Amino acid sequence: MAPDLRTRLGLVELPNPILTASGCASSGRELSQFIDVSKIGAIVTKSIMLAPRAGRPTPRMAETSSGMLNSIGLQGPGIDAFLQRDLPWLLSRGARAVVSIAGSTVDEYAELATRLSDAAGVTAIEVNISCPNVEHRGQVFACDPVAASAVIEAVRARTRHDIPVFAKLSPDVTDIVAIARACVSAGADGLSLINTLLGMAIDIDTMRPVLAGLTGGLSGPAIRPVAVRCIWQVREALPDVPIIGMGGVMTGRDALELILAGASMVSVGTAIFHDPSACVRIMRELDEELARRGVGRLTELVGLAHEMRAAARGRLAGSLEIRRRS
Amino acid sequence: MSSNETDSESGPVQVRGTVLTVRRVDAYHAITIVAPGIAARFRPGQFVAVAVGGPDTSMLLRRAFSIHDVRPDHGGTVEFVFAANGRGTRWLAECRARDTLDLAGPLGRPFPVPRDPVSCLLVGGGYGSAPLFALADRLRERRCTVDFLLGAASGDRVFGALTARRTGRSATITTQDGSLGVRGIVTDMLGQVIHEARTDVIYACGPMPMLRQVTALARRYDIPVQVAVEEAMACGVGVCMTCVLPVVGTDGITRMVRSCVDGPVFRGEQVRWDDIGTIPFDAFGAPGWEPRTRRAGRGAADEPDEAPAAGAAPGTHVPGAQAEGRALGAGLDAREPAARAVDRGRRGAGSAGDNGRPRRGGREGQASPGRAADGGQARPDPARRHGHGA
Repeated sequence: MAPDLRTRLGLVELPNPILTASGCASSGRELSQFIDVSKIGAIVTKSIMLAPRAGRPTPRMAETSSGMLNSIGLQGPGIDAFLQRDLPWLLSRGARAVVSIAGSTVDEYAELATRLSDAAGVTAIEVNISCPNVEHRGQVFACDPVAASAVIEAVRARTRHDIPVFAKLSPDVTDIVAIARACVSAGADGLSLINTLLGMAIDIDTMRPVLAGLTGGLSGPAIRPVAVRCIWQVREALPDVPIIGMGGVMTGRDALELILAGASMVSVGTAIFHDPSACVRIMRELDEELARRGVGRLTELVGLAHEMRAAARGRLAGSLEIRRRS
Repeated sequence: MSSNETDSESGPVQVRGTVLTVRRVDAYHAITIVAPGIAARFRPGQFVAVAVGGPDTSMLLRRAFSIHDVRPDHGGTVEFVFAANGRGTRWLAECRARDTLDLAGPLGRPFPVPRDPVSCLLVGGGYGSAPLFALADRLRERRCTVDFLLGAASGDRVFGALTARRTGRSATITTQDGSLGVRGIVTDMLGQVIHEARTDVIYACGPMPMLRQVTALARRYDIPVQVAVEEAMACGVGVCMTCVLPVVGTDGITRMVRSCVDGPVFRGEQVRWDDIGTIPFDAFGAPGWEPRTRRAGRGAADEPDEAPAAGAAPGTHVPGAQAEGRALGAGLDAREPAARAVDRGRRGAGSAGDNGRPRRGGREGQASPGRAADGGQARPDPARRHGHGA
């Protein structure tokens, strides 16, 4: 029998745990040329802001080993155009829409949450408080537990009760668990882990930084171990908080790794640039990995690595006990 | 790996294609791949995005290449030309017959073709000339005359000189070292060729500095020019927002548009060449930008063009002109006088790129990282056809 891939995103049951990662699928329309957007768990939109935004200058991208740097700078049409055109389109295709929002003040986030709550059909809100491509690093709310909880509290207060709010965190912090706790205390229903890492590349021929914005967000398989670590740490500290895991997932096996660390959903980002049908492929591969292991339900595997480790430690403790007694 | 549940019959497809041949063509390589779905949908000016490096590659980004030719054999083949000067393109050059490649295509807006039989000048720099030959065929089907003006640093870097001489009504070649044709760069000869060929329309493909100069000269002669730009891309399908450049819409508003889906073909005068690599202060959504259209009765619905991030080309062309056979860029159908009047008006207002705008200091020839080392006007050998040839 085919494994049961269903998972829960707040009140909504998703048919499978594979989502797009914000910023890697626009609002779904382009990908619909290659995949059926209603088949995957959900489309997580590119971060929507209140006003249209032109983003950062080019060059905006640099390929690195098993990764890439981007400094797009949140280019987008703004909430009006999104609500008028993109959201209805997603719903008309039967896709589930997780809307990522970004702002530069707490009030902007709150306003976005209000607008989205008034619109029909939003499956969840992912609060991007961790985009590294902003002018001031001080604007990265996810680097400070107080700022992070201020945003999440405001968004949660303005968001309809039946729409879960996920906080998307940055790995570029000393203690991601502290930020995660702050967000959950402020009302986050779940956490999205992780955003890109701040990086930089220099062209050794021109001897200049490659990106016009100097720094950019590093993504791709190069950062997957960082994602696994962050998910692991947060799951360990907050075992009941649902996690959307992301960071360099290229295959079903990679998705499984994040699930074992504690993610109950997995977003696919940079892999889409490599393969526009990556989400559907990864979904199929994950299905095969579960079947191969004789796993009937995906949910059995969420965070299982923690239990396996505990069990191993238990055995170890047991054997020590025996040794001591003998 | 082909996807069947696509959104549109005419849209791009993703296929795993089998390599037929990889061959040296002077300084370049040409690769031919069996890709029926792509060949069937192809129109000149469109490109493919190719995954390189094989399974588990550390090179994550697709490489974008203009399609040089499609043929009906083996159910449909696609050929593109590249310079093996980066990691990905060197890997491609080492592919052999029967290897398979993952391609997405055909992508992007094709060259619009005039409705009437007119005199067309096709200008190519380096292997930027690759997409011009399929265009020439299509133009001749419409009984247009085709003249070629091709240039590069040296004779072995002028792609297709022989074909141009054999098939064009005229073919002018320039090389910087004088090893083939006239010593110099294409724009040295452009005026003379326009004069002799009585050119009605120019199509150009090559390095950005060349396209910029061709556009400037075409405007001087008041000739419509269609350019296929090269910008570094990551995905090629419109999702990554990497390949943007400032383009003035028909509504006069500058937007940062994606060259992969809103281009790669633009009307030359709509591209703000001097501002590439910047966010112009008056661009839609630039810092401090204010919506100027909050006028009478404005509702969200009043601004259908207002969203370059997704959806159709945001006013970078005459509405409806994507359909081939309408002469938009060529400006040659019934709309021609009006179109030209618009151009003149814009020029008069100085809003299409010449005056009163800060030039980007010291950034010449650096629109894409792959080109930075060469700089200069007629960089003969675009390291990146649309993107990273790296």
